[in-house]
Amino acid sequence: MSSSTPLWRHPEFATGARETRDVALGIGAWGLVAGVAMSKAGLGAALAIAMSLCVFAGSAQLAALPLMVQGAPLWVIWATAFCVNLRFIIFSAGWRPYLRSLPRAQRLFVAYFTVDFTYIAFMRRFPQPGDVRAQLAYLAGNIVVSWIAWQAMTILGVVLADVIPERWGLGFAGTLALLGITASLLVDRATWTAAAVAACAAFAAFALPFHLNIVVAIAAAMAVGVIIDHFAPPRPAAAASEDAA
Amino acid sequence: MTAWTSIGAIAGLTVVSVVTRGFFIIPDREVPIPGWLREALRYAPLAALVAVIVPEIAMTDGHLVGTWKDARLYAATAGVLVFVTTRSLLGTILAGTAVLLALHLGLNW
Repeated sequence: MSSSTPLWRHPEFATGARETRDVALGIGAWGLVAGVAMSKAGLGAALAIAMSLCVFAGSAQLAALPLMVQGAPLWVIWATAFCVNLRFIIFSAGWRPYLRSLPRAQRLFVAYFTVDFTYIAFMRRFPQPGDVRAQLAYLAGNIVVSWIAWQAMTILGVVLADVIPERWGLGFAGTLALLGITASLLVDRATWTAAAVAACAAFAAFALPFHLNIVVAIAAAMAVGVIIDHFAPPRPAAAASEDAA
Repeated sequence: MTAWTSIGAIAGLTVVSVVTRGFFIIPDREVPIPGWLREALRYAPLAALVAVIVPEIAMTDGHLVGTWKDARLYAATAGVLVFVTTRSLLGTILAGTAVLLALHLGLNW
């Protein structure tokens, strides 16, 4: 293992960066909208930019913002963000086998930067844990591009908040990016069924506070997915054919 | 909220980001994750994505959209069509946004 060469020289760094570049427009559009929203919430440009740079979690930031502006107790603000971020706790169980050879501080440092798309792209690239160096290089490439796209556009959104008309509906570009990623994950009957169940659950549980409908949807889809995996005949080719398509 | 309280809130939110994203990798010792849960994790990101986009595309103020004159429906359809035919995420975003803007600004949908 050549741990002396820097991660960014590893070929997997370029792969991670290239795959993220394709969704950077969506990430950036969402960052722009988040920046505009943060600025309009009345937090002030300096704090809004500091929040984006430190917290690096769009939906949690947007959920916490109105509470901060209203002067809600700190624990309410933090609990809200925690609930909005619950899905990351589920993802972190998936990270464990890949990162366990690293010291704790490094594990947490890497995990902090892993947003939803990082998890999805990484798990597609490395379905099984393997060469740690290659995995870290891929992660670094992915994270650098998504971090820069998100932060640059958020700051731009904060600065240009009064110039960008809401009517343009630019935030929808982020939704479209997620839509495309979702479509790419629908590879067999089990994933289609799980997605349909998740959609119904998310809709039915929409009235729950703190975006908890996302957690309900994850739980329902995981349950249905496991049931299908155990009671339907396996179709080994389905998952592997994704890259060739 | 004073500037210092806001800074405290932001510091706490940063801790929340680290703790939630790193939750199961904080302990050094092996965390026993049952086999069925490991398999089920495959469906977690898909479900999270679906749960995020369904309200963005098909809901208004907590209800399912009740009109066909909603630009988001056509923008999403255009995005899916482009993705299915080209497998291009960039194309998906561009086509969907173009349809959205055209219907928004042109037809006021």
